[in-house]
Amino acid sequence: MNIATLNKKGNSKSISRLFLKNLKYDKLALIGVVLLIFFIGVAVFSDGIAPHGPRDRHYDEEGSIRRLEPPSLEHPFGTTDVGRDIFSQVVLGTRTALTVGLLAAFLVTVVGSIVGIVAGYYGGWVDTVIMRVVDFFYAIPFIPFVIVLSAVLKPSIWNVILAVSLLSWRTVARLVRSQVLSIVERPFIKAGRVAGAGDLRLMIKYILPNVIPLILLEMAFMVNWAIAAEASIAFLGFGDPSVPSWGQILHIVFSTGNSRVAWWWITTPGVAIVLLLLSIFFVARALEEVVDPRLRRR
Amino acid sequence: MLNYFLKRLFVMLLMIVLVSTMIFFLFRTMPGDPTAFVVDPSIPPEARQQLLERYGLDGSLWDQYKVFITDLARLDFGDSFFYNRPAIEIIQEKLAATLILMLTAMVFAYTMGIFGGAWMAWRRGSRLESLGITISLIFRSAPTFWVGLMMILLFSVRLAWFPAQGMRTAGTGGGTFAEMFLNLDFLRHLILPAIVAGMYFMATPMLIMRNSMLEVMSEDYIEMARAKGTKERHILYRHAARNALLPVVTAGALFIGASIGGQVLLEVVFSWPGLGREIVTAVTRHDYPLAQGCFIIISAMVMFMNLIADMLYAFLDPRISYN
Repeated sequence: MNIATLNKKGNSKSISRLFLKNLKYDKLALIGVVLLIFFIGVAVFSDGIAPHGPRDRHYDEEGSIRRLEPPSLEHPFGTTDVGRDIFSQVVLGTRTALTVGLLAAFLVTVVGSIVGIVAGYYGGWVDTVIMRVVDFFYAIPFIPFVIVLSAVLKPSIWNVILAVSLLSWRTVARLVRSQVLSIVERPFIKAGRVAGAGDLRLMIKYILPNVIPLILLEMAFMVNWAIAAEASIAFLGFGDPSVPSWGQILHIVFSTGNSRVAWWWITTPGVAIVLLLLSIFFVARALEEVVDPRLRRR
Repeated sequence: MLNYFLKRLFVMLLMIVLVSTMIFFLFRTMPGDPTAFVVDPSIPPEARQQLLERYGLDGSLWDQYKVFITDLARLDFGDSFFYNRPAIEIIQEKLAATLILMLTAMVFAYTMGIFGGAWMAWRRGSRLESLGITISLIFRSAPTFWVGLMMILLFSVRLAWFPAQGMRTAGTGGGTFAEMFLNLDFLRHLILPAIVAGMYFMATPMLIMRNSMLEVMSEDYIEMARAKGTKERHILYRHAARNALLPVVTAGALFIGASIGGQVLLEVVFSWPGLGREIVTAVTRHDYPLAQGCFIIISAMVMFMNLIADMLYAFLDPRISYN
């Protein structure tokens, strides 16, 4: 992959400028940005937006539980089999999805980038050893591993993040390494070394700024990956039972057998997942066009 | 070529041993006494000791590991705690179901993806093309388990076109392969999960095919074929698509590993009696010989498919040699 500009100084400023310029003619990217801002807003203010607690039961005038009610003005997304408000659950689930997505993606990209830079910079046996380790991690199937790990560890949101991160860094490491391999050969690295820069300084000040665009892009994809993984784990029932999440809503509707009755109960959390993932994907795609100039021609 | 294949096979076996070792110790680090799930802690100590011996849970961790690895060479994963039968027997029963669903979905996804991608590149810039891209991206983003739930609600419950779960109607089908898989009842059960999985798999080959077609179509030999007055359809499939296929095959190899996850979730949603569903239930039952076995077989399956894809790649592109 080519990088828009290769120089010693970081180019994150020019990236954001190019990205904003792209938004003007890339309609999908614009939709993505707007949707993403909307989701982040919902996640930040979810406590204020959600009208009810996720586990509150609701009763009608005669005092009986509002079981499995289709959407109404009072409960815009309907109610569950025990009279809980689905709208509140979906709103509160937004925060879980974004928290897991961002934290896991951050963890994965930091670890993956460090490993990739070290392997690519030192080369030789260091590179060989690290890449064999990466190969080993590639041999482990992701979802089965995450299932086993979430079952072995206690169900908590932190363990879900850990389980997702433990395998995903391999992709970032591999991509960053191949990028670094080509950067190490450039003259400015040699110039830096002659000027007396140490290994650490070369890696942080010379190489890192040039892989930042790639890292940012991978991070965006990793956010998606982590959100989907969290939803899957929660759907299988290995998630944190005390934290409301979209996967958990779907787990309950499926395990109680109501997925064949209550269309409103399965539709909304799924649509939320799809919209969030699509918005991040569109943003990432626009970012990719900025990072990789070859794509801009199309 | 053969040398390369044997070398890859050796690396694969080594990886399987490493992955198995990892999964063995992972299950043993479970908090609390893992044997408590198998053997009721309240029974008398002598009876407990007897049961532990029967399942091979006595002895040090290292002794257990030695037994585990030597048994692995004979594909013996020990007895399932839940079924009280050798785990490998249960895995064998489930493996066929998983493979059939997966391969059907793959064939569906690749046929649709390759033809759709080629067509999209040909009709580049049209409204239909962007519609195609958007739809395939939506199916790529949508979690398979959710699409599965929606499809069941629509096609099984509301329209009653297809059965919602399992592999066959209760009471039908016998023990032989033909009786199990070669009948209409099985096909009816297969269609819905295969389509859902296929839709999810489809986006990757389709988008890659489109991009590589766009690249190929700017080549001189396409221009040449046009100048000769060859039919459009002929150029599309005989000249361009053939050469654009290569990246689709390579990407497919990497994609197979990721697709296993979607498969596991779909099997749960459709109650498909395959390996994926089995590993989920085995893990919840703390039946770790079976869970271990499923995990190792799934990893081996992914590695083997990657190997085949690599071989296919060399076969398709004569420029690549592995010598």
